[in-house]
Amino acid sequence: MAPPLIEAHDVVKLYQMGEETVRALDGVDLSIERGGFCAIIGPSGSGKSTLMNIIGALDKPTSGRIVIDGAEIGGMDDEGLAGFRNRTIGFVFQSFNLLPRLTALENVELPMIYGGIAPAERRERAAALLHRVGLGDRVAHRPTQLSGGQQQRVAVARALACRPALLLADEPTGALDTNTGKEILALFSELSREGATIVLVTHDAEVAAATKRTIEMRDGRIIADTNNERISRHDAHV
Amino acid sequence: MMRTSDLVSSAARALRANPMRSALTALGVIIGVASVVAMVALGSGAQAQVERSIASLGSNLLIVVPGSMRGGGGVRAAAGPGAGWDSLTIEDANAIRQQVEGAVVVAPSQRSRAQVIAEGLNWNTQVEGVTPDYLVARDWEIAQGRFFEDSEERQARRIVVLGATVANELFPNVDPVGQTVRINGGAFEVIGVLASKGQSGFGMDQDDIVLAPLTTVKRRISGRNRRADSVSQISVKAANEGELNRMQQDVETLLRQRHRTREGEDDFTVQNLSSITQAAAQTTQVFTYLLGGISAVSLLVGGIGIMNIMLVSVTERTREIGLRKALGARQSDILHQFGLEAVTLSVAGGIIGLVLGVLGAWGMTSLFNLPLVVAPQNAAMAIGFSALVGVVFGAYPAWRAAQLDPIEALRRE
Repeated sequence: MAPPLIEAHDVVKLYQMGEETVRALDGVDLSIERGGFCAIIGPSGSGKSTLMNIIGALDKPTSGRIVIDGAEIGGMDDEGLAGFRNRTIGFVFQSFNLLPRLTALENVELPMIYGGIAPAERRERAAALLHRVGLGDRVAHRPTQLSGGQQQRVAVARALACRPALLLADEPTGALDTNTGKEILALFSELSREGATIVLVTHDAEVAAATKRTIEMRDGRIIADTNNERISRHDAHV
Repeated sequence: MMRTSDLVSSAARALRANPMRSALTALGVIIGVASVVAMVALGSGAQAQVERSIASLGSNLLIVVPGSMRGGGGVRAAAGPGAGWDSLTIEDANAIRQQVEGAVVVAPSQRSRAQVIAEGLNWNTQVEGVTPDYLVARDWEIAQGRFFEDSEERQARRIVVLGATVANELFPNVDPVGQTVRINGGAFEVIGVLASKGQSGFGMDQDDIVLAPLTTVKRRISGRNRRADSVSQISVKAANEGELNRMQQDVETLLRQRHRTREGEDDFTVQNLSSITQAAAQTTQVFTYLLGGISAVSLLVGGIGIMNIMLVSVTERTREIGLRKALGARQSDILHQFGLEAVTLSVAGGIIGLVLGVLGAWGMTSLFNLPLVVAPQNAAMAIGFSALVGVVFGAYPAWRAAQLDPIEALRRE
């Protein structure tokens, strides 16, 4: 059996808040296989954002081991983390985070710029990705000329630009209306079927139910790990 | 690693996004560089003017005047009459000609003020009694007519050559050559007009002069209250500048022997024009540095303006920086991006400032009638210096941007 994409063992993250030390993560053990589609769910303060930051290589654990795609996050310096994020992680944010002065195409090109990919190849790949998320006719539009759902599709295309091993989405439907949110979730399902590994972070149980596996967190620990497919075939688009 | 072309286009895009802000920020550098360039050009122009006008007195020249001048000072070309002021004689000039090695031309001359009258117009000017060698010593040309010859000088002929100013004042509409002027009651024929030399480095109009044979002046114009053989000046011309210092010493030694004086009690002074030129040039150069230094302060202020705006920009774009980092931008990528924005602002300001500065210098120099001197290395220095300002003042904001924690930055609204 192939090794899992993400393997966390006894991950602890401490924050110093004035005099007090906060245990944001209190010994997390986690394994996510390649091709997995799972949701990390929990109320605010549960540690899910901290876990996402560590899985996304934006932050390093205080102790414990976390290996993503064969690389140990704790042992990397700042520059190593930046390169790792660029190659391995594709971020999708709640508020899209598109640069307003760039066109859709240029926004998708952005991570490839930091990857040092040649301009011609960048444009070609960005155009193909926008076509893939259904925005083939919107390449020259700026974010302000696009609807929220379209902006999030551009963000998904951007996340896929460097062919990451992991797609990491933080409340990707949080800023969208219900229908548009469903469309974005459907897009994630499609990508999952095509073989992408996707981790969604959300506080919305309905969103979590659209994935194959729900990891529930509370007080810096994983309190439940459910396989959604065994309970119900919730995803109507499958 | 980011490609350089992407870095450049990203900086250009960021600056174009706020054109007004970028323009105002660059304006600080524009004004700074423009004033430095203009002031240095103006100072260099003044320096060139001083050098040129001192050189117009004659090159490779020693001027011997009577009386001692301890502690230096300006050229006492017009030593007035009085006790101790007639110690220099024609024999001294002859001795220098015979005994000082390297003296190409030795020209004794006698100055005196006189009223010159022609056809109802009169003009108060210097009448200088000279030998034909004087023209060689002073590198002076004849514009019209001719100069007198040695024989005419010896015969004390009543002939004069007018300076350009005197010719204009006395003969505004007539060709002066062949006309007659009256000086001290005597009539003199005008045989020529000198070419114009303009002002000397000391503000004197060198063309306000009448040249006459030395013997003529001694006998008919100034001779009465002086020793018969005294002169007010001896011009000694060397073949080249390198010999001037040695010749100055030789002349001093010779005249001390002849006048039986000791060093420090001289009754004459030997002035070396090239050392005067150097001193004057040095003075104007200090002046140039001073002007440039004062203007550089405004460049400094321009740099602080860049730093200020870059800090504002980093704060405004915190979220963008966080996003770029999440997408894989290294600290060095962010550092370069913001640093390049600052350098682009300052170099663009530097180039525009250079153009405006040269235009300003051109305007001022034509106003003050100075030569326009813009040295290419000064222009290159202005651009280089503005780039340096961008690097120095852009470094801190760019460093701040690079240090931002992506998690914090993304959370910022």
